Order: sequence, then C-alpha cells, then structure tokens
Amino acid sequence: MEDEKKIKCVVWDLDDTLWEGTLLAGDALVLKEGIREIIQELDRRGILQSVASKNNHDEAFAELQAFGLDEYFLCPRIHWGSKANSIREIGDAMNLGLDTFAFVDDRASERGEVNFHLPEVLTLDAAGYREILSLKRMNPVFVTEDAARRRAMYRDEMERNAAEAEFSGSSEAFLQSLGMRLRIAAVTEADLRRVEELTLRTSQMNATGYTYSFEELRALIHSEDHIFLTAELSDRFGDYGKIGLALLERTADRYVIKLLILSCRVMTRGIGSTLLIHIIRRSLNDGKPLFAEFLETERNRAMYVTYKFMGFEEKTKDGKKILLAYASDIKREYPAYIQVSPAEPL
Amino acid sequence: MKEKIRQFLAKNKNTENLTDDDDLFEKGFVNSLFALQLILFLEKEFRVRIPNDVIKEDNFRSVNAIVGTVAALTGSSAD
Repeated sequence: MEDEKKIKCVVWDLDDTLWEGTLLAGDALVLKEGIREIIQELDRRGILQSVASKNNHDEAFAELQAFGLDEYFLCPRIHWGSKANSIREIGDAMNLGLDTFAFVDDRASERGEVNFHLPEVLTLDAAGYREILSLKRMNPVFVTEDAARRRAMYRDEMERNAAEAEFSGSSEAFLQSLGMRLRIAAVTEADLRRVEELTLRTSQMNATGYTYSFEELRALIHSEDHIFLTAELSDRFGDYGKIGLALLERTADRYVIKLLILSCRVMTRGIGSTLLIHIIRRSLNDGKPLFAEFLETERNRAMYVTYKFMGFEEKTKDGKKILLAYASDIKREYPAYIQVSPAEPL
Repeated sequence: MKEKIRQFLAKNKNTENLTDDDDLFEKGFVNSLFALQLILFLEKEFRVRIPNDVIKEDNFRSVNAIVGTVAALTGSSAD
C-alpha cells in the first residue's frame, strides 16, 4: 500500500538528467528533448519540484535561469554534499513525507546512495524520463485549481514561516501583521473537486469526518435544505486557496452544522472560529437556533475545543457522537486581525 | 502555578499590560491551535486531565479563571 502513495515532489539532478552535458566540463548544455513540457505538466498536476545537483551553485542556478526553468524549483540544493542529505532537507523545508518523493538522476551511484539512506524515496533513472508522466504515482486522482497553484502556495508558505521564525513578538502580534482576508462564498460546481479533497484528506480540523460521493456533493449545492460554504484565505504573502468548508442543514426550526473542515495549513490562523462566527451571525439574523454535530476521533480534539470556546455546549452525547448547541444569543464579532467578506452573511 | 501560566501566555499573546482578570478572548483571539495548546499545556504541566465538560470559554477566560479551573481539578490551592 505504501508503494501506492502519490508523488508530491520530484527532485531532479541537472547534468545529463535535465540537460545533456556537464556544466563543469564546459559542455554546451542543451535541455533534453521534451523535458520542459514534462516539468510544466508536473507543475500543473500540483507536484512540487526541486533540484539536487553536485555543482557550483551560482553557475548551475544561472543556467536554470537562462533556460527559464528556475521558478519551477523550490529550495534547490546545489552543492558538493550528499544528495540524500539534500533530499532530506528539501522534505523538511516543504514539510512533506519522503515516501511521497521521487528522485531522478542518470548516475546509478547517486540513486544508490539515496536508496541506501532514504529507501522510501522513489528513485528513477534519467534514461527513462519520457515515462515519468505516465507513472501511476505521478498522476494525482484529481487536479484541482488549487493543485495547479500549489507551487506558488508553498513558496508563500515558506516565506511566511521564515517571517514567523524571525518575528520577535507574540504569535498574536504575528497574526495581526499578516493582513489576512477571508472570503466566504457558496460552493460552486468548480469547487467540487477541492471540496471532495478537503472532506477526504482532513482529519485534525474536521468536526465530523462525514464523507459524500461526488454526486451527493453536487446535489448539496442545489439543495434547498442546505447551505454549503467555502472559505478562501489570503494574506500579504499570497493566497492559501480554498481552505475551509462548512455544510449547514436547514430545517423549519433550526440550523445544524454537518461539516466544519479547515485545512491544517491554517490551524494557527483562527479561521475555524471566524467561520463559526459567520455561521452564528447567520443563525441569529435568521432567528434559528444553531446546532452542530460532532464525531469524536483520536485526532480532532482541536475542533471540539474550537466549538466549546465559541460558546457551544453539549446537548446530547451518544458514544462518540455529540450534538452541540450554540447556547447564547451573543452576536460575536470577527477577530480584529482578519477582514471577512461579506461582512454580513448572505 | 500562576507564573507558569503567565509564561505560557506570554509566548502566544500580547501580555504586556495583561492583568490576571483581563479577558483573554475579548478581541476574538481564539485560534484553534492556541486553545488546544493551552489545554494540552495545562494537562501536562499540572498532570491533570481536563474533561470535556470543563472545556469552555468561561473556565479559561482570564489568568485567574485558568488558575481556578486547574486548582479545582487538581484539588490544590491556587498558588
């Protein structure tokens, strides 16, 4: 089963892999035929790419720039040290497991070193580069709009993390410095793949873990008995994409939150609470009591805490299944550090 | 106990002029991670399990409220 994990990052060697020839030998370098298209296609699929090459950094990077390919590679490691170490560092920087990494190199000795130290990394002989796109592990189940923007989002995220590491104040002051904007909107057809991805892939910041088939999700968009919302976040570093999801069931006398999901990338941003405030304001505007279903798991305690700290109380409990109710008529204000649109629920 | 709690808060919040009775959540600052980290910090630091029915805003609203909540669970005095 482990072997079936989809690849999230491809690390390329340069000499005789990305291009024909050896930079240090003074060869005239030519990109391998079709390699640019392969790199662009992997990028479109949301697969990140980096470089592990034994070369002098500045010269090799200048070549990548001359080919117009430098922007595709995040945290390239170009130096004379071990490539296994380089790959490990890239994995750390991207916060991705190495069992989702592939490494392409023409030299058996380099692939061997990586195999030895990092057996979980898929190693590929550069000679077979034309086959890369058709490998099953290089084909994500869905290519969403967010997937195609993944490289930009990772680059933003790395800059954000660097800024946070340098920031000397409290984490509250850091949040205030981000200039966050949250846009809440009804789910549309174009969002459905991303919506499905969030329901399937999120475990920590997921209140119920309910899953729906693609057709069921589509039906919910048009359902009179449901309100189906996405939340999209951006800040001064860039866009996070669609990172939040809420599904409300509307009955004659109440609202019930069936789904509340936040991408774990925004766990420290207060988005769960902000989305909840939006829903609370809506229920108060409409004069309908607000309930929320919660299914306790080993991993989603943060979500329980979010509800409880937002004024929800347990109404009934049946094993792991809890019904929460908003036990107040206080119309909460959005946090000052985040600008929400629309300001009033639709 | 109070000092340890204040140290934890100082890492996360702007606590320069924070008194022990000030409302920690007044400005809507309740990110999920902070709330969870606070719970986990208290459980580890004071070797206590905070049950679901104790997890609510009012019990953690201020430094003094947190001290009172933990003291009630551990059966110790607030100092």
